[in-house]
Amino acid sequence: MADLAAAQDRAAAAQGGIVSRFLKATELDVRMLGMLFAMAIIWLGFHILSGGLFLTPRNLWNLSVQSASVAIMSAGMVLIIVTRNIDLSVGSVLGFVGMIMGVTQAELLPSLWGFDHPATWIVTLAAGLGVGALIGALHGYVIAHLGVPAFIVTLGGLLVWRGAAWWVTSGRTVAPLDSTFRLMGGGANGAIGATWSWIVGVLACVALVLLLLNGRRQRRRFNFPLRPLWAEVLLGAIGSALILGAVAVVNAYPLPPAIARRYAEEHGIPIPDGGLFISHGIAIPVLMAIGVGVVVTFLARRTRFGRYVFAIGGNPEAAELAGINTRWIIMKIFILMGILAAISAAVSSARLNAATNAMGTLDELLVIAAAVIGGTSLSGGVGTIAGAMIGAVLMQSIATGMILLGVDTPLQNIVVGIVLVIAVWLDTMYRKRVKG
Amino acid sequence: MKRHGATPEAGAGTVPLVEMRNISISFGGIHAVSNVSIDLYPGEVVALVGHNGAGKSTLIKILSGAYKRDSGTIFVNGEEAHINNPRDAKRYGIETIYQTLALADNVDAAANLFLGREILTRWGTLDDVAMEAATRKVMGRLNPRFQRFKEPVSSLSGGQRQSVAIARAILFDARILIMDEPTAALGPQETAQVSELVRQLKSEGLGIFLISHDIHDVFDLADRIVVMKNGQVVGTARTSDVTEDEVLGMIILGKCPVGAVPGPGALQVAAA
Repeated sequence: MADLAAAQDRAAAAQGGIVSRFLKATELDVRMLGMLFAMAIIWLGFHILSGGLFLTPRNLWNLSVQSASVAIMSAGMVLIIVTRNIDLSVGSVLGFVGMIMGVTQAELLPSLWGFDHPATWIVTLAAGLGVGALIGALHGYVIAHLGVPAFIVTLGGLLVWRGAAWWVTSGRTVAPLDSTFRLMGGGANGAIGATWSWIVGVLACVALVLLLLNGRRQRRRFNFPLRPLWAEVLLGAIGSALILGAVAVVNAYPLPPAIARRYAEEHGIPIPDGGLFISHGIAIPVLMAIGVGVVVTFLARRTRFGRYVFAIGGNPEAAELAGINTRWIIMKIFILMGILAAISAAVSSARLNAATNAMGTLDELLVIAAAVIGGTSLSGGVGTIAGAMIGAVLMQSIATGMILLGVDTPLQNIVVGIVLVIAVWLDTMYRKRVKG
Repeated sequence: MKRHGATPEAGAGTVPLVEMRNISISFGGIHAVSNVSIDLYPGEVVALVGHNGAGKSTLIKILSGAYKRDSGTIFVNGEEAHINNPRDAKRYGIETIYQTLALADNVDAAANLFLGREILTRWGTLDDVAMEAATRKVMGRLNPRFQRFKEPVSSLSGGQRQSVAIARAILFDARILIMDEPTAALGPQETAQVSELVRQLKSEGLGIFLISHDIHDVFDLADRIVVMKNGQVVGTARTSDVTEDEVLGMIILGKCPVGAVPGPGALQVAAA
């Protein structure tokens, strides 16, 4: 997609103009910019319509937490769709793994070493990730080695794992969960506070600058044309401003007064007049989602595995003839998807402070929609992780905005459905223009 | 680009670069290739000709590892070669330019050139810059005007795509090159360029299997011609010993002329 954008840049640059020169110099992805622009309009629109409720630290913080679960899974879905496969089972896998983790931490482990043991959350999470990976491996094996289409295998998985989720406790909800485990769900405790948020933000800015510098150094090594220096500086500055701006927003959202008072009493902080201002900071599930995004993007762009994933999507036969073990690659993708579904299960159940067998119902459709809105082509070979994650935030923005406006639930679904179709239609038009 | 075993002229007595002996393969009861034996010497171009469906592409796909033969043996440099997949074939220095080009359309030229054999950094990540540099070098030799290194190959012209496929085949010190209709998608000027390349590689001591429908090309480039019909070899002839009409007779009728060595697929009456 970046390459398509580059082609577009070059075509546009031939005609001149400030915008096209800017795009050419910065090598930014036009499509991604378009999506961010659309999101800005949606945010502003809801802000105005709701009388100033949307663009508040509180709403944006909640939006980030609510997007996390779908965003995590959409990263894996991109790779699956890029290889011309699909996974309809992620919602059910999330439900099943959530139940397994629920029973592990609330019933099995406490019978071993009591409640709220410090090791409970990590053992639980490890068990969940293991089960998720095994389920993914099973799907991948049937698809890659037995040759059953992914649509059918995961449609079967959708039914099987939803049924299995019920069967774990015969439908009984498991609650409450381990207190450390619950931090993965966000909430008042599940955020890292103002100081750590600033540290994370500054580290992210440093990483961005290093990334830009390294790219420049690499290109210089072979005397390739470099971006103009002003473009590099501008990219670094805009990126850092966005990162630090986001940190400032989540730090501007204080803990509710009751929780802040309890926190102050525990830590012996005097409570000033007019109440205590303690920031939430970045929510832990959001950090997890960003981490997943970075890791999967790294896998997709900088490793052989990622290169093969895209090559298989572009031309499966060519990948096979180039000596790539395509079956093993497909299996690895589904294993990764299973692991990501397990992470999402941890986030979802921790946020709910319970594991229920209905958890994750219809999530597969949200995840696929996020990937597709984010520019992943269902015909394979094209897609970015960042795009899919922004797609997840975009969909959550629409849902949240409509709730703020008091739109009826059925109407919400109608709007989301229409937005999905329009987004893909716009994308198709864009791609045709880039090609032509 | 190093080359091995540079013997400019193929001669009797030297060990063949490749020998495929009694190769057979069938798909669902149809014998696509049956009991075919062919060989190739260093510095030699052997053309495989025949109708569509004669079994040429199937035969070379066995050599390139894309198909697994039912029976028969392959020798490379006189030693038995175990070729069961494309990776095996590449290990023996066998590179293939497929008729379909077999390019991943959504990635750029460098990614296609190094597909399956990427250059890695010491951290184990892709070294895209090094791969692009190598790509610029080899493409500069094949197609000096080519500049679209950052674009997916789907946006390239037919000739440019062809040069990417050829560049991939010669990038890794191939010793045996299989070219399946290498000029089918090309204009006259580009075809001449490919012919020039074939001569150059031949002079460097590579052995080349050339599949072509263009009988003029074949006579222009090949040292020997192997004619196939219905999955069998009609006959083998040195290009200098037969005429174009005689080769057409072999292709269409399976009639083996005096200058050719008849194979199992030759018309029996003609052989008598």
